[in-house]
Amino acid sequence: MAKHRGRGMASINYPIGMNLGGDPSQALVHSNPEGKFTVTLSAIDLGQGMKQVTRQIAAETLGVPISDVYVDTADSDTGPHDMGSFASRGTHRVGNAVMVAAKEARGVMMEAAAEELEVNAADLETDGRGNIHVKGAPLRAISVKDVAIAAQFRQGKTIAGRGIFLIPLSEVNAETGEMSPVSCYAHACLVADLEVDDETGEVTMLKMTSAYELGRAINPKMVEQQLVGGAWMGMSHALYETPEPYYPDIAHGPRDYNEYVMPGPGDICPHDIAVLERPAPDGPFGGKGPGEMCANPVLPAVANAIFNAVGVRIDELPITPEKVLRAIKAQGGARPQGAPAGRG
Amino acid sequence: MAKTPVQFRLNGADKAVFVDGGENLLNALRRGIGDMSVKFGCGQGTCGVCTVLIDGEPRLACLTLAETCGGRGIETALGLAEGPNLHPLQEAFMEHFAAQCGFCTSGMLMAAKALLDRDPSPTREDVAEAISGNICRCTGYEPIINAILDAASKRGRQPTSGEQGRARI
Amino acid sequence: MLEFRKEYFKDERDDHLNEVGQPRQRQDMLGHVTGRTRYFDDHAFEGLLHLKVLRSPHPHARLRSIDVSAAERSAGVKRVILAADVPVNKNTLLSLIGFGKDDEPLLAVDKVRYKGEPIVAVVAESEAAAYAALAKIRVNCEPLPAVLDVEEAIKPGAPVVNETYPANTFEYHEKYNHQKLRFGDVERAFASADFVLEERYQMSPIEHAPTETNGSIAAPETNDRFVVHTCTQALFFSLGTAAKLLDLPSNRLHFIGGTVGGGFGGKVDSLTEPLSILGAMLTGRPVRYVLGREEEMLYGCPRGAERHYIKDGVMRDGRVVARKVTSYFDAGAYTRLSSYGAVKCIAHLPGPYTIPNVHGDCYCVFTNRTPATAMRGFGITGVDFALEVQMDKLAHKVGMDPMEFRILNAYRDGDMKAHRREAHNCALIECVQVAAEKAGWPIRDEFRRMNSLTGGGGERAGIPATATDEVGRIGTGRPASTTPPRAPAMPIPSTPRVPQPVVAQPRMAPAPRPVMPTPPPPPPTAPLPREQTKPVAPGPQHGATRFSSVFGTRRR
Repeated sequence: MAKHRGRGMASINYPIGMNLGGDPSQALVHSNPEGKFTVTLSAIDLGQGMKQVTRQIAAETLGVPISDVYVDTADSDTGPHDMGSFASRGTHRVGNAVMVAAKEARGVMMEAAAEELEVNAADLETDGRGNIHVKGAPLRAISVKDVAIAAQFRQGKTIAGRGIFLIPLSEVNAETGEMSPVSCYAHACLVADLEVDDETGEVTMLKMTSAYELGRAINPKMVEQQLVGGAWMGMSHALYETPEPYYPDIAHGPRDYNEYVMPGPGDICPHDIAVLERPAPDGPFGGKGPGEMCANPVLPAVANAIFNAVGVRIDELPITPEKVLRAIKAQGGARPQGAPAGRG
Repeated sequence: MAKTPVQFRLNGADKAVFVDGGENLLNALRRGIGDMSVKFGCGQGTCGVCTVLIDGEPRLACLTLAETCGGRGIETALGLAEGPNLHPLQEAFMEHFAAQCGFCTSGMLMAAKALLDRDPSPTREDVAEAISGNICRCTGYEPIINAILDAASKRGRQPTSGEQGRARI
Repeated sequence: MLEFRKEYFKDERDDHLNEVGQPRQRQDMLGHVTGRTRYFDDHAFEGLLHLKVLRSPHPHARLRSIDVSAAERSAGVKRVILAADVPVNKNTLLSLIGFGKDDEPLLAVDKVRYKGEPIVAVVAESEAAAYAALAKIRVNCEPLPAVLDVEEAIKPGAPVVNETYPANTFEYHEKYNHQKLRFGDVERAFASADFVLEERYQMSPIEHAPTETNGSIAAPETNDRFVVHTCTQALFFSLGTAAKLLDLPSNRLHFIGGTVGGGFGGKVDSLTEPLSILGAMLTGRPVRYVLGREEEMLYGCPRGAERHYIKDGVMRDGRVVARKVTSYFDAGAYTRLSSYGAVKCIAHLPGPYTIPNVHGDCYCVFTNRTPATAMRGFGITGVDFALEVQMDKLAHKVGMDPMEFRILNAYRDGDMKAHRREAHNCALIECVQVAAEKAGWPIRDEFRRMNSLTGGGGERAGIPATATDEVGRIGTGRPASTTPPRAPAMPIPSTPRVPQPVVAQPRMAPAPRPVMPTPPPPPPTAPLPREQTKPVAPGPQHGATRFSSVFGTRRR
C-alpha cells in the first residue's frame, strides 16, 4: 500500500520531411515600393509557427530587420504550391524554399543598390537594420527603402524572388527495403520521473528531463513551445488517450472531452530541457523540425519508469491505472527495481 | 419560426439580436452579432473554448440559452483591451508565448480574467483549478499558468499609452 | 525550463546570425490574444446553409435501400445529396501522387465498411433542421460480419473489408502484401546470440482532438468558381482531392486557409471540403460543413493502431546483433495515408542504432473501423515506443545501465543503416549524455567520452550479404497470422547478385562513395546531395520515378 517512485529513459531519432521525399515547397518574396517585404506561401500554420519561422528565415537571408518582413499565407490564388504542413517538413522544406526566393530578391536589391552607389554589388553588405553599405565603409550607404524606390521608379527592376525546394523522390526496393527516407534526422533523449500508486494503479508524473537535438533553433521561444507542448502530448498518449479503450473492440468510444481523457493543468509536471544544435547540411541555417519528435520519447520513458517503480511491464498503450493495477496484482505486489543506473 | 429579441451589453456596448427558440449564446454572438472571438469546440460544455463572462462569472456560451441573457453584461476577448492598450493578461500571454494555434486562447483569457477579478493573488493551484475547464492541445498549459501568475503579480500597474500597451516584436 | 548547450557541435555552426536564433515575437500572437485571428469558421456569409451527414450505425453492412423522401420534405431542407450526386465517387488520398488504388467513396454506395461512414448528406437552413431531416431518412441495411483485429483480418476466410484489396492488405510494388526490410541475416545472428528476446507491443488508436473540429465553408464566388474556407493542413492537397471527386478543373476552386485551430495530422484527409463544395454547387448558396465533437472523436480519422512484434538477439557485452520486427498498421476501412506510414515505419528500423542484422516486415491491414490517418509522429511514434521499451528490457537482461546501453549501440557518423544509406549528422550519443547529466543519472567515464563523430564507419560502413525472400507475394493467399514463418533464404531468380544464404563472411568493404560536401545552405533547383552509397549487392530496381510504378497500380 504505497506510492513507488520510478525513473526511466528513452532515446530516439526522427526523420525530417515526407518519407522518400518528392514533397516540394515553393515560396515567393517581393518588396513593396518602400523596401518592405512580403513572403507569399500556401503553407499552413497550425500553431507550430510556420509564419514566424519563415519570417525570420526570410529576414536573415534578405539582410533586413524582422519588422520589415511579413508572411502571407494561405490562399491558393496567390500562394505557390506547398505540399502541406506535416511530417516535420515545414522548417526544412518551406524554410529552404523561402531562402531561395529571398536570395534572388536580395540579389536584385544589391544590384540596384550597387547601381545607386556606383560600386560592384560584391562590395556591398546589409547591416540587418535596413541599410546597405560598402564593406568596410559604413558611411557609403543607402537605405533599403531608397533602393526599392530607385529600383522600381528609375531602374525598372523588380526586387522579387521565387524559390522551390525539392528532395527528389526515392525509389524503394521491394526485397530489401533499400531507400532514402530523408536527408536528416533530429534526436532526443528523455528521462521520466514518476510515482505509481500500487493501490489504484494511478501514475503521477513528477518530472521530465530531456535533451533534444534539432539542427538549428530558428526561434528559441518557439522551440520551447514545441518541446513543452509536445512532451505534454507524449505524456497524454502514454497514460491517458484512446478513442478505443477496449481495442480491438470498438465499443465505448469516447464522444467528448469528458470521456476522452487528457492531463489537465493540474496534472502536468516540470520539464527541464536542453537543446543541442547540429545543423543539417541541407537545412535552412541547418534547421530540422522539432514539431513531431517532441512527443515520442515520453511514451517509452514513462513505460520504463513504471517498470522501475513497481516492476511491471505494460506493453500496450495507453498505460491506464487499470492495466497497471492488474499487472501488479498478477505479480503478487509491487516490485520496485531500485536505481536504474548501474548493474542490476 | 418566430424569433425572440434579446438585448444585452456586450463589452460595454448595447447590443440587440433576434434569436431562434433554443438558440445558444455562442451562435447569437458569432452569427447574430459577429463576435467571432468566441469559438465552437464541442457544443457540449467539455472544452471551454466558448468561455465568456456573464455579469463577471465565467460561463460556457454553448450551453447558455441566448434568451436568458436579456439585460446582462457579457464580456468576450474582444473587450479585454482598452483601446490600443492590452489587458495585463494579454500582455502576459504574449510575453510567455502562451498560445500556439490560438483557438483556446479567447476562452482561456476569459477564465483567467474571472479568476484575477475575484482573486488578485492566486496560487499556482488556484490558477490550475480556474483553467481546468479549458482544454489546450498545444501548449501543455505551463506557459499559460506562468502568464496568469505573472499578470497577477503585475496587477495594479497602469499601462501607459503607446509603447507599453502595444505588442513588441 | 530550457537551456541551450551551444558547446556541442559549435564548430559546425555560425552562431552570429541576425534574426535566426532570436526569440522574436510571433507574427500571429497579437491576433491570438485579442481574439482577432481568423479561422475558417470566422467568415460570415449571407444565406449560409448547413450540411450534416447520416452515418452508418454498423461497422459492416450491405445497403439495401435508402429512402430520403421524408427528409427532402422536411422543414428548412434545401437539398439531399446521395452517392449518385457525386461526380467521381471513388478516391484514395494519395492518388494525387500516384500511390495506391482508389478505394473510398465520398458517400457510401452499396456497402458501409465502418461505423460512422457517411451515407447521405442533407443541406438545410440550420443545423437543427439538418439533424431533424437526418432522423427522417430510412436506410435498410443488412449487417455483415465485421473484422476488427489486424491478425484476424489477414487470416483466410476473414470478411473482406475493402474489395479493392480482397486480402485485407495493401499491395506494395504490385508484388507483396507488405513492405520488407532486409539487411544481413537475422536467423544466423539469433543462433549465435547470447540472449534472444521476443515481445509484442500494441498501441491503440489515438485521436488528434484539436479544439477546432474539422470543417469548411464553400461558397459560389464570382466567375463561376468556389471559394472554400478550410481548416486543412495541406491547401493544394485538399484542393486536388476536391477537384478530383467533383470532376472540377483545379482552378475553379479557390482555397483559403492558413491558420488552423490545431491539426496534428488530423486535418489532411479533406473530410469536409468535397461535400461542402458539392453542396454549394447543388444549391448555389454558401454551405458550411463542420464536424460536431462526437463526429470528430469517433469518425474523424485517428492515428491508426499498431502492433509490433520485436525479436532481438543481444550479446552479453550489450551489443544488439540482430533485430527482427513484424508490424501491423491498422488502416481501418480505407487506405488514406496508412500505406505510406507503413513504409515510413520500415525506413525507421532498427531505430537510431547500428545493428548488423535487421529484418522488417510491415503490413498495412484493413479492418472495419474508422479509417486511420497521420498523427504527430506518423509511422514512428508507435514503433519507437516498442523499440525503446525493448531496449530497456534488453539492458535489464544483460545487466547494463540503460543509458550506457543506448550509447554503446548508438549509430555514429559513417555507419551503414539498414535501409542502406550512410549515417551522418548523428547526435544520439550527445543527447543521451546531456539528458543523463541533467537528470543526475551517472554513467561511466568511457561512455561519457564517446561521441557521434568517432567510432563509426570502417567495418560498420559495409552492407552485409543479405538473406532475402519472396514471402507474402500477392495472390498466394494470405500469410499466416501472428509471426510469419521463418523466411527461407532464397536467391532472387534471374538477377545478377551475390548468392544467398550467407556463409561466414566478413562484412564487405564499402564501394567508394561521394564525399558529403560541407555546405553553406542549399542550392536552388538541383537535387541536393544526400546520404548516398553504392550498394554492394544491388537488388532489382524499379526504374520508375513516380510512386505508382513502384508501389501499386497506376491510377486510371
